[in-house]
Amino acid sequence: MPAEARIDASVLELRDPEATIRTIADGLVRTVRRFRRRGAVLGLSGGIDSSVVAALAARAFGPERVLGVLMPETDSDPDTLRLSRLAADAFGIETVLEEVAPALTALGCYRRRDDAIRKVLPDYGDGWTSKIVLPSVIDSEAFRLFSVVARDPDGTEHRARLTPEAYLEVVAATSFKQRTRKMVEYHHADRLVYAVLGTPNRLEYDQGFFVKGGDGAADVKPIAHLYKTQVYALAEALGVPEEIRARPPTTDTYSMPQSQEEFYFALPYAAMDLCLYAVDHGLPATAVTKALDLTPQQATRVFDDIAAKRRVARYLHASPVLLGTVGAESRFDAA
Amino acid sequence: MSDTERKVRDFLRENFILGDEALDGDASLTRSGVLDSMGVLELIMFVESDLGVRVPDEDTLPENFDSVDRIVAYLDGRTAASHAG
Repeated sequence: MPAEARIDASVLELRDPEATIRTIADGLVRTVRRFRRRGAVLGLSGGIDSSVVAALAARAFGPERVLGVLMPETDSDPDTLRLSRLAADAFGIETVLEEVAPALTALGCYRRRDDAIRKVLPDYGDGWTSKIVLPSVIDSEAFRLFSVVARDPDGTEHRARLTPEAYLEVVAATSFKQRTRKMVEYHHADRLVYAVLGTPNRLEYDQGFFVKGGDGAADVKPIAHLYKTQVYALAEALGVPEEIRARPPTTDTYSMPQSQEEFYFALPYAAMDLCLYAVDHGLPATAVTKALDLTPQQATRVFDDIAAKRRVARYLHASPVLLGTVGAESRFDAA
Repeated sequence: MSDTERKVRDFLRENFILGDEALDGDASLTRSGVLDSMGVLELIMFVESDLGVRVPDEDTLPENFDSVDRIVAYLDGRTAASHAG
């Protein structure tokens, strides 16, 4: 194979992070002005993506025109709130604490999820914790079938393959979390005449790692074109606190700790970034095998997984479809 | 067409293919977009609950489930094995 067909992490380097920051900040101001909004609101999770978007918004609008909404719920990591405040304080952004657990309880989020888990683990109940996991793409060519892993009050772990019905009900119940949070964000956006910022990075956006009408909803998504490696580079340039930059990515959605690889992605983010870059640039699976220490078969499975997730993401990305023609005056196109 | 193949084709048609798209026996169901990860879960559930063939985790491989021909061959193999056993 010619040497140029192999890539490594250097392709993801941001040559000039400051220039990228300026471009995004300009784009944010331009877009929010076109929307006739006066600032920005976003949910803060204590993770790298929302911290970077908060910093970019503070740079674009001034911190006094940015509101960070803190929305922990029953299953959130105890660190979430502290790290969210750490990010807000670093950039001088005002925050508001919104407890969403009572709303989630009223909606039946937890009850519906637990009922669904009991379909495959009948003893599941109070005092148990759980998460949904997928087997590794790398270790085996088996289809990735969702299982629930649960820990009982004695600390014993139980695992069961989910039926399609139970899986769909668990996800549908859990998605109340993202949708409820977005509702609260839009409440503050309406109150302040602000725009809502979405915080997906490119991996999440491309691969459909979001809830439609939940964290997928926003007025502008300022880092959706950046690979996660690049988001980390921006975080450093923007001065995101070290503790947030060092925290491993998590879903912070289920009551047991759950890495993003367990639930969604085939590989840790840095390796996923490189694979996605290769797919984006029409390179074959063999282009990443050396850098990622994968066999051609393993790399091919990752590429197939990327393609499969893109097919699922198509529906998630789709705007409402109109079946007749309407005037174009009310539409916004790309900034 | 065997009884098993007809049941498999009916299941795929009713659940994943809207309309009368042709389904080649050797076409990959995942690469052609007929089945996503959820669809694979549903297919295996169908095999277990409707056809009465339990599928252990180690059998959930593309070579057993990624085309109509492979599914039928897998089911025939499992049925033959259970009769032999």
